[in-house]
Amino acid sequence: MSELTLKNLSKKPDLICPGARLCSGCDETIIVRLVLKATRGPTIVTNATGCLEVATTSFPYTAWDLPWIHSAFENTAATASGIEAAIKAMKKRKEGPLSNFENIDVLAFAGDGGTYDIGFQALSGAIERGHDFTYILLDNEAYMNTGIQRSGATPFSASTTTSPAGKIFLGKTENKKPLDEIIIAHALPYFATINAAWPLDVIKKTRKGIDINGPTFLHAIVPCSRGWRFPPEKTIEISRLAVQTCIFPLYEVNNYKGKTTYELSSPSLSIAKRPETKKTVEEYLKQQGRFSHLFKPEINKEYLKQIQETVDLKWSILLDKCGI
Amino acid sequence: MSKLKKKSELEPGAIPFKSSKEYETGDWGITYPKIDYNKCTKCTLCHFFCPEGAINVREDGYTEVDYRYCKGCGICSHECPVKCIEMIVKK
Amino acid sequence: MYRDDSEKMNQKLLGLNGDEAAAYAIKQVNPEVVAAYPITPQTIIVERFSEYVANGLVDSEFVAVESEHSALSACVGASATGARAYTATAANGLALMWEILYIASGMRQPIIMSIANRALSGPLNIHNDHSDSMGARDSGWIQIYCENCQEVYDSHITAWRIAENINVQLPIMICFDGFTISHTMENVFTLNDEIVQNFIGKRVFPKITGHLGETDLRLNPTCPITMGAMDLQDYYFEHKVQQHEALLNSLEVIESVENEFSEITGREYGLIQSYMMEDADVALIGMGSVMGTTKYVVDQLRSNGIKVGLIKIRCYRPFPKEKLVKAISNCKVIGIIEKSLSFGSVGSPLYQDIKTVLYDYEKKPLIIGYVHGLGGRDTSPENLKQIFQDLLKIDNLTKKIGNQQYIGLRE
Repeated sequence: MSELTLKNLSKKPDLICPGARLCSGCDETIIVRLVLKATRGPTIVTNATGCLEVATTSFPYTAWDLPWIHSAFENTAATASGIEAAIKAMKKRKEGPLSNFENIDVLAFAGDGGTYDIGFQALSGAIERGHDFTYILLDNEAYMNTGIQRSGATPFSASTTTSPAGKIFLGKTENKKPLDEIIIAHALPYFATINAAWPLDVIKKTRKGIDINGPTFLHAIVPCSRGWRFPPEKTIEISRLAVQTCIFPLYEVNNYKGKTTYELSSPSLSIAKRPETKKTVEEYLKQQGRFSHLFKPEINKEYLKQIQETVDLKWSILLDKCGI
Repeated sequence: MSKLKKKSELEPGAIPFKSSKEYETGDWGITYPKIDYNKCTKCTLCHFFCPEGAINVREDGYTEVDYRYCKGCGICSHECPVKCIEMIVKK
Repeated sequence: MYRDDSEKMNQKLLGLNGDEAAAYAIKQVNPEVVAAYPITPQTIIVERFSEYVANGLVDSEFVAVESEHSALSACVGASATGARAYTATAANGLALMWEILYIASGMRQPIIMSIANRALSGPLNIHNDHSDSMGARDSGWIQIYCENCQEVYDSHITAWRIAENINVQLPIMICFDGFTISHTMENVFTLNDEIVQNFIGKRVFPKITGHLGETDLRLNPTCPITMGAMDLQDYYFEHKVQQHEALLNSLEVIESVENEFSEITGREYGLIQSYMMEDADVALIGMGSVMGTTKYVVDQLRSNGIKVGLIKIRCYRPFPKEKLVKAISNCKVIGIIEKSLSFGSVGSPLYQDIKTVLYDYEKKPLIIGYVHGLGGRDTSPENLKQIFQDLLKIDNLTKKIGNQQYIGLRE
């Protein structure tokens, strides 16, 4: 593949086939298609249990035209460790069909449940050990496959089936776990946030993650029309709003020889340069049924203020880190 | 059940033997997209935004919908920069 | 044991404990990937293997994972990629792997795992019994129980050929008693590296037809397959019965591989080992290191003209029912000694298996189940002699028949 441009990439055949049984308008396969457009050659994929796994590999069917393995929910990073170690060993010995390839890249897909919660230990261990793989977190902010239960990734006040908005508690009472900071604290070579609304950005960051030796991590925000309760055609719009409101800024973190550098990606950088273009959290929240209790029967100004303040604070901290 | 493979016909390890391409999801939706080629600018964004991979780029640079798989989500229509994709209700 | 001295002469005698014997065999096997986590009493294996890696005696990738769950998960990933993968654990570590035990066997990955058998918590106990691996008896793994360090060494070589046999393709647990074997040094005859390598050969893969055509059952970019798919009402049942049949197939394979191995080493094991059973009226059946002690007791009683014998179950899963039935055909009374409790059940696992097998046969010996050695409590020759003596007086024990007995328990 020559230069990474949308024009060139539009001709690259998908490595995930149509016929998967995900909901109409699912953002997960948009991200997966973009990530797979970024592959540079032979690639092995491992996938956590979740929507993506069940909907793409319903026996006897599979949507994956590259070697793919699912083992369990919480062990994606450990499975990736084993795959990577096997490739290394076989290449070292120049034995078996895999040793003929110059590179075989390892990608791991997991949801927020499989990353923030149940798979967190395996992920932390695999990053610490320095395996060469790219982990893609598909963060739809709840356990969607089991029916929208709250996870460590669910944001404050979002209503889920285990943090329902009631008369006393208005959705989830805790904030989203600061996973990005925790992952970055592992001093891994590369971390980035990605968003399907900016396809080329997703592809370029993924390629960078694949190119870099060692563990790299891509955090994708993945709006879920069923779980967040919005019409499926708005998937990309909502995804875009997450960046425009600075709820989910797009940035990269490079770690080179012990020096960590933060860099805003262009959609977020343009907001940093022109703060007046930053949208209010209300514009993002009001479109989603999971936050509808903040608007009905009347607008909950106190909650909206609290959410806005949290976003503003986190954004200013990020700007500091980026030296802006 | 008679069409399903028997135990003796199945190979070890529960390895899928059919591509999902054989499982057509085109009848899921109640709407379908129609591209107005007079307005289309060949930006190909709809190809990248399609969750199904059901919008392909032709040799001439225009995109076309593979209706065998389109679930009618409407993202292509909603995101088209020149609004050249219309969602039509199936009859 | 040896047909002539030349067989011994080709072998190097080393003083090794059970853990070291396992590690030494795995060094000679040199699998592509070893992923393990330390846990008493298995730790020496991981330590020795790390030394082999550090000194360049193997070129395996050693993945020092952060948990046993990840150890087995990494083995599944490695094995699926086509590597030989090895891990080792015990007790709570095995319990933490539980979920992946079934995934490894369900995905038909020939992973080899050592278990230095240890009591399960709680309460916490680091010493030997079989409560850990007994619980895993239905996980679809082959289970081999070793009596001594030599058997540990040998089993870690033959296992690869068994697990990877095209008709098997299943993982194996090689179980040996924690401390009693794992930490006890014995003389072990070892083969040279080249003989081991020639014996195990290269890993073989079944040919399968995936969605993109015919290929090996492994992850390979040349012809991709999907492993670990979701499998529902329409096919799961068939796949599970296939797996069960593959496990049963391994009975034959274990015997043939071990026969081949005995040609090189002069050491024969078999699925079960009968000792003094030809004319025995009373026999003890059990597994692991206690069977060595039982042999000593049988010899003592035999020297007094008492017709007793023993059967060591070496291969517990798959259960060698035909061999067993044949071996006990002349026996009147059987005691089954086990290092595990099946809480609330009709008896411990081996007792249940043997009683179930015998239900279909006309000649049914009397069977009494004994639980011994829980949490590492020693079972002495006197204890075993007492059991034999009780069984020889079985008529006086009729009241107790059917009840589980406990050896060395303070009632």
